[in-house]
Amino acid sequence: MKRTPSYYLQLGFTLLICAFMLVPVLMSVTAGVTENYFKGISSGLTLRWVQEVLSIYSDTLWLTLKLALATLAVNLLVGVPAAYVLARSKSRWARLFEEILVLPVAIPGLAIALALIIAYGGVQDLRTSWLFILIGHVIYTLPFMVRAVVAVLHSIDFRQLEEGASSLGAGFLRRFFDVIVPNCRGGIVSGALMTLTLSVGEFNLTWMLHTPLTKTLPVGLADAYASMRLEISSAYTLIFLVMLLPLLLATQWNGHRRKAQARPAVQTPAPVAKGVTS
Amino acid sequence: MKYTLSGRWLRGEQSARLLLLLLPVLIISAAFFLLPLARLLVISFEGDQWGANYWQALTEARYLSSLIDTLLLSVSVTLVTLAISVVCGLFLARNEFAGKSLLVSLLTFPLAFPGVVIGFLVIMLGGRQGLSAELGLMLDGTRWTFAYSIAGLFVGYVYFSIPRVLLTVIAAAEKLDYQLEEAARSFGASRYRIFRDVILTGLKPALLASGAICFATSMGAFGTAFALATDINVLPMTIYTEFTLGANIAMAAALSILLGLITWLVLFLARMLSGADASPAA
Repeated sequence: MKRTPSYYLQLGFTLLICAFMLVPVLMSVTAGVTENYFKGISSGLTLRWVQEVLSIYSDTLWLTLKLALATLAVNLLVGVPAAYVLARSKSRWARLFEEILVLPVAIPGLAIALALIIAYGGVQDLRTSWLFILIGHVIYTLPFMVRAVVAVLHSIDFRQLEEGASSLGAGFLRRFFDVIVPNCRGGIVSGALMTLTLSVGEFNLTWMLHTPLTKTLPVGLADAYASMRLEISSAYTLIFLVMLLPLLLATQWNGHRRKAQARPAVQTPAPVAKGVTS
Repeated sequence: MKYTLSGRWLRGEQSARLLLLLLPVLIISAAFFLLPLARLLVISFEGDQWGANYWQALTEARYLSSLIDTLLLSVSVTLVTLAISVVCGLFLARNEFAGKSLLVSLLTFPLAFPGVVIGFLVIMLGGRQGLSAELGLMLDGTRWTFAYSIAGLFVGYVYFSIPRVLLTVIAAAEKLDYQLEEAARSFGASRYRIFRDVILTGLKPALLASGAICFATSMGAFGTAFALATDINVLPMTIYTEFTLGANIAMAAALSILLGLITWLVLFLARMLSGADASPAA
């Protein structure tokens, strides 16, 4: 294709937008390792702020990890079987239930959190426990897991695979774990990555559901932004980005891998978190 | 023979076992989503008169202006994001050059950033010690700040909407039928007509779907406004203040129901209109 002026105009615009996405992140990262941000980078590089964040906020890191893994465990345990049932059943009830199941994605997290507090806020043991946040995260991420797996199941003829296995004498559990699960591994991986990414960054629900003793990383970030000096806020953001990075890389890798091996019949949604997040 | 036997057997086992597999999700959904939502709905009608909270939300100036401001902000964020994404998305889908996949990665990696972090990034750009303040000091000696006004929210919302919308537009643009454009060109259609009637029409389902998600996300976004601590009362902030400071739980519930209805309805309509699946999970 010939490189016309219009080509360079569009390239320039795209690069400009890219700079808009990138520059604030780079500024934040540098601020997090700069001795004194107001004097600039000439004041020297340091890991002092990162250490300080780790000493003040390390419990938020652990809780965030714990929550993300627990959310993932619940989603795998209950979401994958549910997806199988929903993909298999043709009844109107199954369709209705599927709609209800994905509803939390269409409703702002704040409203869901408010509903949870109104319903269960009075139960002190639950209200002050990290399990209260876990409930919120599961409600919010479960639709992504179920949809990712249902999409894969719809794209393969799993009934035939299953009948084949059954005719060879495989019992139900055997069929589920040896036929269904391996065949929708791609969807499970997408759903799992989405679950982890969403849970680690969840703020809308978590801010409402947390207590002073159950602060997650994004909650701690909001805290730091409001009360700490810029370098500490930046260092904290840096730690968050470092935590998110493996998930982002894995998501991209998973996307490429699945695009590359995409058999014509297998079309699954790109593993991107297109939810009503933030 | 064996095949048909097993087929019948498969049908026979169905109901009970399938229900058992679905049961945990049924319980979780009912107990922690449907029941709380029902309670929220009931509480939103509590008060002196039936439905008084909703009447108040739609007539009293501070609630109404919060609702209208949020709607206007979300609509403009959606339009600007769509425009940016169509230009970048078409360009990226149609041209091959070195470093393209890196460029796409850089444009879309903030997808997973939560709203609070984006609020902080806006402060980095337009806050009191931000980039634009430095620039202003250099150029006319005053600190240019925009982070704490509605412009800051606008910039933040566009920032977090671009990755989502762009990915959808690129995917849709790659599937466009180039022959349609060739045909239009051979019939003498102008570049503008081709863009409007062929390209935009082809992208329409994707634009509707991703635009609806962008709008719904902006309506419900809370973290960015929270981090920027602006005096602009977007609806989620109003709900939050009613709940915490005002302890007016019934009002907060009514506003939440209104907000949820708006976002759900927009996503639902987009799904109907685009024919494609506009639900955010797809």
